[in-house]
Amino acid sequence: MFLIECPYCGERDQREFSYGGEAHIARPENSDDLSDAEWADYVFMRTNTKGVFAERWVHAAGCRKWFNVLRNTASDTFLAVYGVGEQPPEIFGQDLATPSGEPVIGSGNDATKVIPGEEG
Amino acid sequence: MAKYSVWSLLREGLRGHTGWRPAWRDAAPKEVYDAVIIGGGGHGCATAYYLAKEHGLNNIAILEKGWIGGGNAGRNTTIIRSNYLYDESAAIYDHAMQLWKGLGRELNFNVMMSHRGVLNLAHEDHEARQLKRRVEANRLNGVDAEWLDAKEVKEFCPIIDISDRPRYPVIGATLQRSGGVNRHDAVVWGYARGASRLGVDIIQNCEVTGIIHEAGAVRGLQTTRGEIRTPKIASATAGHSSVIARMIDLRLPIESHPLQALVSEPIKPINDTVIMSSLVHAYCSQSDKGELVIGAGIDAHLGYTQRGGFNIIEEELASLVELIPIFSRLRLMRTWGGIVDLAPDASAIISKTPLKGFYINCGWGTGGWKATPASGHAFAHLIANDEPNEIGAPFTLERFASGKLVAEHGAAAVAH
Repeated sequence: MFLIECPYCGERDQREFSYGGEAHIARPENSDDLSDAEWADYVFMRTNTKGVFAERWVHAAGCRKWFNVLRNTASDTFLAVYGVGEQPPEIFGQDLATPSGEPVIGSGNDATKVIPGEEG
Repeated sequence: MAKYSVWSLLREGLRGHTGWRPAWRDAAPKEVYDAVIIGGGGHGCATAYYLAKEHGLNNIAILEKGWIGGGNAGRNTTIIRSNYLYDESAAIYDHAMQLWKGLGRELNFNVMMSHRGVLNLAHEDHEARQLKRRVEANRLNGVDAEWLDAKEVKEFCPIIDISDRPRYPVIGATLQRSGGVNRHDAVVWGYARGASRLGVDIIQNCEVTGIIHEAGAVRGLQTTRGEIRTPKIASATAGHSSVIARMIDLRLPIESHPLQALVSEPIKPINDTVIMSSLVHAYCSQSDKGELVIGAGIDAHLGYTQRGGFNIIEEELASLVELIPIFSRLRLMRTWGGIVDLAPDASAIISKTPLKGFYINCGWGTGGWKATPASGHAFAHLIANDEPNEIGAPFTLERFASGKLVAEHGAAAVAH
């Protein structure tokens, strides 16, 4: 289970938090001018990244404040915590070898894992 | 590949089982195909089979980045039912039910289809009203469905506690008698064997890394085993659909979440049906090896790791023990996870895309296994004809702009 660093309360167990989905989805200010397809893009379409992903969490059983997180969805590595309204920091060294690939260590998916030293 | 029969079994038994041949050709990729399917799971292999069998398209390939059936096809809890609410859903899930009934014979492969019934329990009046509504909707659509009161639930499945003890007592249930379970690996292997016999190339350990297109039309793909030219590409990659779609700059309305499942230690036969509760959230059946196969809802966070948090396991076991107290001392043998691609209306996406020749089948979320034959069948029609058939037509990407959603969260019966 995740240990999540709440920016206000410190490191707490995943159970204290609720998930808020993809971060940085801004509601369009000109919704009246949008086509159905453009509105559908805002309401429904999602980035759903495999790799470094910006998402929202809320400390529901604690301070009840929202914050943003960068997590690698292919390995569950928490990379950064930052405030609502802030921009995410740049992250290096988390790229996947191929689009559907796994990081070398840390993923539960053995289908395409390469163990260090066995790269061949 | 010889036909399987009791004679082939006897003959091979006398020869020490040395004569069995591989069930499908482990093919090497050719340079050109008439169509390529990305994803060698249940839906991908079924699509290839129906493309070859019903549409005469057999110069085709399945590309699978791992081993066939290694994704969600190998990780689900195998529940088969077609008791969804809306007409569009009843059509596709019940088409699957009709195909399931004869699939083992058609594929000459024992898929261990067991029509042992599926119970959806009701624990309070509002839920009972909704479930009764679904029974009537099912019957209007020719889907078998019955309402049982608490006493009838107890007669059908004696281990369920219908007393006043539980916080949310069982007050009734829907029963689909033709529902049940089957063996997930066997279905994948059966479709793969059938497709391979018809000439389809099954290519494993082959990951797609890019899509080649020109002037708005598909030209081919880049893979870890070389470049392939083809005019038609069909993605059936479930949780990885957004990864594939990104290769053609297409955004999808899906989110990929872990879905966990588990089995208990094997015990003597005690549960001869499928028990599902939406409110006290867990579902349970018993395998032929005697293990209880247990599942419940997704992990709330997005993830591609095929594992989730233990809080989910704890909650679903608490629910199961609340429903069936005699299970309280069983030990768990194994837990695992998959990657489910959830659509906003809990209904599938079987669709053309803005790129000509690129087709996508995804969004089945937590409920794709039961639809496997019908999903493959509808997808094959779309790929071969470049237009959906009547069953596939409601499930295009256009519905998210038009608003014509097929809202099936209730009947999906899995916590999202």
